[in-house]
Amino acid sequence: MTQPSALTEADTAGLAVSLRAVTKVYESGVAALGPFDLDVRKGEFVSLLGPSGCGKSTALRLIAGLGAPTSGSVGVAHRSGEARGAAGIGFVFQEPTLMPWTSVRENVRLPLKLAHAPAAEANGRVDAALKQVGLAEFADAYPRELSGGMKMRASLARALVTDPDILLMDEPFAALDEITRFRLNNDLIALWRNLRKTVIFVTHSVFESVYLSQRVVVMTSRPGRLSAEIRIDAAEPRTEEFRTSADYAGYCREVSNALAPSYSGLSGS
Amino acid sequence: MSSLQTPPLSPRQATPEPAGLRLARILLPIVVLAAGVAAWELVVRLKHLPPYLLPGPVAVLRTLIVDWQVLFQSLLTTLQTTLEGFVAAGIGGIALALLFNRSKWLEYSLFPYAVILQVTPVIAIAPLLLIYLPQQTAVIVCAWIVAFFPVLSNTTLGLNSVDRNLAGLFQLYGASRTQTLLYLKLPSALPFILGGLRIAGGLSLIGAVVAEIAAGSAGAGSGLAYRIAESGYRLDIPRMFAALLLLSAAGIVIYGLLALVSHLVLRRWHESALGKEN
Repeated sequence: MTQPSALTEADTAGLAVSLRAVTKVYESGVAALGPFDLDVRKGEFVSLLGPSGCGKSTALRLIAGLGAPTSGSVGVAHRSGEARGAAGIGFVFQEPTLMPWTSVRENVRLPLKLAHAPAAEANGRVDAALKQVGLAEFADAYPRELSGGMKMRASLARALVTDPDILLMDEPFAALDEITRFRLNNDLIALWRNLRKTVIFVTHSVFESVYLSQRVVVMTSRPGRLSAEIRIDAAEPRTEEFRTSADYAGYCREVSNALAPSYSGLSGS
Repeated sequence: MSSLQTPPLSPRQATPEPAGLRLARILLPIVVLAAGVAAWELVVRLKHLPPYLLPGPVAVLRTLIVDWQVLFQSLLTTLQTTLEGFVAAGIGGIALALLFNRSKWLEYSLFPYAVILQVTPVIAIAPLLLIYLPQQTAVIVCAWIVAFFPVLSNTTLGLNSVDRNLAGLFQLYGASRTQTLLYLKLPSALPFILGGLRIAGGLSLIGAVVAEIAAGSAGAGSGLAYRIAESGYRLDIPRMFAALLLLSAAGIVIYGLLALVSHLVLRRWHESALGKEN
């Protein structure tokens, strides 16, 4: 299987993504993942949390259809209505992954260009996506002229421009300084609240996962398996106050404790 | 998203080279040149060397002016050959690299021969080419043989250095092969291609000269290298120097032009074309 299969009618009851006993063994013989099960409801914000190299990114790439699982099944809900894009998935990589040879606007336009969208429609959507991430003024700048945080915003705008149902984010803010990361966290929450997309967010930061998600999925070290699931039932909307609340500290402690066994076998990390 | 408090784009904070140092970098080579030329002229005059042994720079310059008609015509001929060889090398090198990138089988079958063609000295191939091909064609083929390889190998390197995540992105959005080539692979490879072309420019001049020299005794040529060979037979040493001077100048101009084009194309985004600052 090269493409993620569509969820069957029975499964579509509110599920956006469904992984069943998925394993991934790379050609080098490294067992990266699994068996791993994961169900993500439509509109849910889920974080995958685990030590470096635990297969979080592998899981994300499999959901995106970038590579096939060695065994098991990957189901992704087909988007309703139009059939543009593989399955209505937007992907944000760890690096901004922008084309350095062209402007921010052209970078954001890329998914529409590849889908042969009409120019007029594309222009409108590109402008809207840039506005959503607060980059409207920098549309004509080249990626190298932007700061790390702004590059990430451009990358996010590109993922949003196709209006995907599912947003996959692979440690997108890991390389940013703390202040910038906090601001992008807040902006991401606001976006998610407005757009109600399904978000699967890979991170190795306990604090980030608790702050952002409705549910934290803790994974073991390689090969990555489900270690624990923690529901974060914090009051909405989450703001900077949540970051300093006792609630937040409690959840962070709980998630840290759940994560500790994943690190026990790893020395020096 | 709410506010954007990221600092504004900072103007390029150049740390300017001290003016004296920059001046020295321009002036020093000129001083060396002037001193060399003066010493040369001095030796020729003091030793009363006849022009057929060693002409002084003044004599060379005089020849350049007196023989300008002939030499300029020859320069144009050589430049035309160089240009044709260069264009053939550029197109051939890029096209081969694209084919190799598309089909591993083709690459495995043909690449060794590209290497063989490159490592065999062109001066040794030229006489053979002149036997089997009309002279004008042979000269262009010579220029092509020496110049296409850097384009081929650089373009291949460029096509293989595509960012892995960007490639994944193109796959995610269902890009066709043509789209991936046009929007991803070729732009990624552009700095490498331009680097290859810059080397190829100088090499195609060398190829053209080598072939003209090899063809020299056949007598049909009229390029600068042919003028050098011909003047050698006639012991017209000043003209040899004058022709050499023109060849040198042509090489410098070719290199400068290609470097300029490369800079203009890449200046907005590629590290190589950006200043050292920031």
